[in-house]
Amino acid sequence: MIQVLSPEKVVKTTCPYCGVGCQMNIHIKDNAIYRVEAPFDSAPNYGNLCVKGRFGLDFATHPRRLQHPLIKENGEFREATWDEALNFIADKLATIVQESGGDSVATYACAKATNEDNYIFQKFVRAVLKTNNVDHCARLCHAGSVTGLQLAIGSSAMSNSIAEMENLDTFIVTGSNTTETHPVISLFLKKAVRQNGAKLIVIDPRQIELTDFATLWLRQKPGTDVVVFQAIAYVIVKEELYDEAFIEARTEDFEEYVRSLEGCTPEWAEEISGVPADDIRKAARMYAEADRAAFYWGMGISQSVHGTDNALSLANLALMTGNLGKAGTGLNPLRGQNNVQGCSDSGGLPNVFTAYQRVDDPETKLKFEQAWKTTLNPEPGLTVTEMVDGALNGNIRAMLVMGENPMMSEPNLSHAQHAIEELDLLVCIDIFMNETGEMADVILPSASFAEKDGTFTNSDRRIQRVRQALPAVGQSRPDWELLCDLAKRIESRLGVSESAGFDYADAEAIWEEMREVTPPFYGITYERIDREGGVHWPCPALDHPGTPYLFEDTFPRGRGKFWALEYTSDSEHPDDDYPYHLTTGRVLFHWHGGTMTRRTKLEEAFPEPIVEMHPEDAQKLEIISGDWVEVTSRRGTVVCRVMVTGRSPVGTIFLPFHFVEAAANLLTLDKIDPRAKIPDFKMAAVNLKKVAAPEREGADEALEERGAIKDPTKYVH
Amino acid sequence: MPNKNSITLTIDGQEVTVPEGATILEAAKQAGIDIPVICYHEATTANGLCRICVTDVNGGRLLQPACVAQCQADSSVETRNERVERSRKTILEMLNASVDLSEAPEIQEMMSNYQADSERFPDAKSRDHAIIDDNPFYIRDYSQCVLCWRCVQVCAEDAQYTFALTLGERGHDTEVATSFDISMTESPCVFCGQCVGVCPTGALKSKVEFGMQQGLSADEIRQSTRKSRKRKSLNDK
Repeated sequence: MIQVLSPEKVVKTTCPYCGVGCQMNIHIKDNAIYRVEAPFDSAPNYGNLCVKGRFGLDFATHPRRLQHPLIKENGEFREATWDEALNFIADKLATIVQESGGDSVATYACAKATNEDNYIFQKFVRAVLKTNNVDHCARLCHAGSVTGLQLAIGSSAMSNSIAEMENLDTFIVTGSNTTETHPVISLFLKKAVRQNGAKLIVIDPRQIELTDFATLWLRQKPGTDVVVFQAIAYVIVKEELYDEAFIEARTEDFEEYVRSLEGCTPEWAEEISGVPADDIRKAARMYAEADRAAFYWGMGISQSVHGTDNALSLANLALMTGNLGKAGTGLNPLRGQNNVQGCSDSGGLPNVFTAYQRVDDPETKLKFEQAWKTTLNPEPGLTVTEMVDGALNGNIRAMLVMGENPMMSEPNLSHAQHAIEELDLLVCIDIFMNETGEMADVILPSASFAEKDGTFTNSDRRIQRVRQALPAVGQSRPDWELLCDLAKRIESRLGVSESAGFDYADAEAIWEEMREVTPPFYGITYERIDREGGVHWPCPALDHPGTPYLFEDTFPRGRGKFWALEYTSDSEHPDDDYPYHLTTGRVLFHWHGGTMTRRTKLEEAFPEPIVEMHPEDAQKLEIISGDWVEVTSRRGTVVCRVMVTGRSPVGTIFLPFHFVEAAANLLTLDKIDPRAKIPDFKMAAVNLKKVAAPEREGADEALEERGAIKDPTKYVH
Repeated sequence: MPNKNSITLTIDGQEVTVPEGATILEAAKQAGIDIPVICYHEATTANGLCRICVTDVNGGRLLQPACVAQCQADSSVETRNERVERSRKTILEMLNASVDLSEAPEIQEMMSNYQADSERFPDAKSRDHAIIDDNPFYIRDYSQCVLCWRCVQVCAEDAQYTFALTLGERGHDTEVATSFDISMTESPCVFCGQCVGVCPTGALKSKVEFGMQQGLSADEIRQSTRKSRKRKSLNDK
C-alpha cells in the first residue's frame, strides 16, 4: 500500500522564473516542495505551468545555498556574522562615499527580487549613497524596446494583457522563441490559432516551434528586421491600408514618415533580408486588414545595436493601422524575468523613481526628498554597460550587486572581468555563489522567493503576491531586511541626523510606502491582491479596476509619434576570418545565467551547452551531431558539442548563454545601441572547427543519451 | 458563442433555467446539486468516458452522462435514484477490480458513498504495469491509471499542443503511451507536467513526491537519476 502524502501546508505564490507570472500552489512537507499545482481558475496561467515552474523549484532547498555571510580574506572566503559583514561593508562604502562621492558607487538592482526589495534597494542607493547609479539586467534585455516605445508613445510596458491572447484575430511574433522562453504564453497563442482560427505571422531567422502554427513565416537574415518592417509599412501606405481616422486623431508626423519610406519596396527588402517580396506584401495585408492585430516580441528585436529602431519600426506599424488602445491589439514586449517589469517599476533604473517618475524633475525630486527626509541627487546615473566601463577607468570604485550575475550576462565577458577586478569593493547579495560572487569581497546570503513575502509584477503589469512557504535557509535574510540593516549602519557612519526611514515591520509596510509615493500604484493593496489574485497597474484609486490594456484614449506622450528610420548595419558581420554568424538565446530547461536552473532537476534534462548548426554548414565542415567544436570570435573561444538542425539558417549558429563551461558571452561583443545602451547580443562573427572531446563530465556519453536534448524540428505539430 | 436562448428543466424536483446547450452537469452545478465525476475536468474536453456522472432523464431507457448530455427543455432529471446508484456502484466496483485506487482518495470516498463492494469481482484481471521511470521529472504508474484521457487531452489540444501522449494497445490492455512506445526523453514531451496536474489518481506524479513516498531523503532524491529503460527508439534504424 502506497502512502499518500498529505501536505503540511499549501501556499499560493508566484513562479520565480519568466515574466508570465504563473500562479502556483506549492505543497510542502518536511520543508520540501514535493508538488506544484496551478489553480485552474486563476489568471494569468489558468492551470498551466511549464517544466521550470512545475519541476524546477528545488534550487530553493539545494544544499549549496549560501547559509552565512562570507568575507574574503587572502583570496579565500570565510564565514562571518551579520554584524561583521555589514560593518565591513558599511565602513568601506562610507569611506568611499566620503572620499569620492556617491557617484563612485555603482549598483545592480535585481529583476528576480520582489518589488519591495527593489524599492528599498533604490531608496538606499538614492537616499543614503546619494547617487542614481542604479540599473539592472533589463538594460541587457529590453532596453531597446523601452527606449523605442518611450520615443513613440511614452510608455514601454506590454500594452495588452495575457488574457486577451486567446481572442486574437491576427498577430505577429518576432524575435521571440515563445514556446521556450514564455511557455505558458505560447499556449494561449497556439490556442488562438488552433481553436479560434487566428492568423499568426512569425518573423524570425530561426525555425522556432511557433513556425508550425504560423500562417506565414518570414525568415529574414539576422539583423535585417528594420528592412522587413519598413517594407511592410511601405505596402500598407501604397495600398492605402492604413487607419486614417486613428492617424488623424491619435498620431503626429505621419506625412514625414511616409516620405521617408520612399524606396522601401518589398523588392528592396527582399534583396537585403532574403524574405520574398510577395510574403512581405501578404504579411502587410494580413496585419493591416485584421480587425485587431497585435505584436509580441522578445530579445530578437531588442538585443541589437539597432534595438531602438526595431522597436520604433513595430510602433510605426501599430500606429498607422490603429492597432493600439483596444483589446487584442497592441505592442507587447514579452519580459524575460519574473520581476523585470517590477524592478523597473520600483525605481531600479538610473533616471527614474517608482513608476517612471523622473529623478531630474524638480517636483518629483522634492516629493521624494520630503518622503525620505533627505536631499537627493538630480543627475541621472549610469547604465550597467556604462558602470562596467566606469570601473575600468576608475570612476567607479565600489559595486553592489543584488541577485545578478554580470560575469555571465554582460557581453564580452573578458572585458567585464578586467573591469570588475579594478574595483576597491565588490559586494554581492545572492542565494548561491556564482561567477560574480567568486570575485566579491563580501557576500550576503539572501532568502529565495519561497522564503519571503512581497510582490512580483509580471509581463502584463499584473502585480501578484509572493508568499513565504519555507523558513529561510541558514542565516539568510530577505533582501529588503538586510538592506535596511546596512542602510542604517551607513547612515550612522555618514552622520545623518534624520534617517530616510529603514524600519519596516514587514514587506507589506514597504508596499504601503511605495503606493503613497507612486500614484499609479495607489489603488493596489495586499488585501486587494489577496482577494482579486492580482491587479494590473496603473491603478490610481482603491475603487479603480486596474488596467489590462493601455492607451484607450490617449498615449502618455500625448500623440503617438511616427519615427523615420534608416537601415544601417554597423554590426559585426561574418567575413573570411570569422565566416559564421553567432546568435544567442535561451533553451526551455534553463534560465539566464543558470544560477538557479543548473541546481535543479532541469540540469538532468539539459546538462550541457550545445551549438545549433545548419546541415549544409555541417556538411562543409564534416561535422555531425555530437561532434565537439571550438567556436572562436575576436574576443574569446568556447568548446561544446554540435546539434545539426534546420532550426538555424545556413551560415548562422545558435548558442544558449546559460552555460559557464561554454559561456556565450565570451564571444559576444560590447558594441551598444547608441540610445538604449543595449549590447548586440544577437550579432557576432565567429569561426568553428572540429576538436577532440575535452575533459568534461559526461563528455564520454553520446549526446542523445544525455537528458532530453533533442531537435524540436523533428516533431510535427 | 453560446446561444442566448435559455431553457428550463427540473433537476431533482428543482426548476432550473440555463442557456441552451448547457450540459446537465453545468445545470446541476448551477442548482447547487453535486454530481460525482472521475474523467471530467473543467480544463479538458468532456468525453463521457467513465460514466460515473450518469443521470436519469425522463426515466429514459439509457442513463445520460451529465458531463456531455445537453439539457432538454421541460425534461426532468434525477441525479440520484436507484438506477443511477446501481450504475455508479457497478462502475466503481469494476474500476476497483482492475485498477489500483490506493492513491485516489476521491474515488475511494465515492466507493464508500455508494457502498461499492471491493470484493465483488475477485477474479477480475487487474491492470498491472511496472512503474515507468524514464525522465528526470515524473514517473508513470499505469497500474493506477483509470484511462480518463485527461493527460492525453492536455498534452494535445486542451493545453499544450505537444502530442507526446496517445493511447496504445486495445481492449483490457489499453494504456496511455507514447507513439511507438519510445521513452519520454525521446518523445516530443516538453515536461510541462500539465498531465501530472490533471491526473486524478497517483498514476502520474513528480519524482520528488514519489521519492518521498519511498522514504528517501531530500539528498537521495536530488542525486537519483532516471533509470535507463532501453526501449525501441526512433533513432535505432
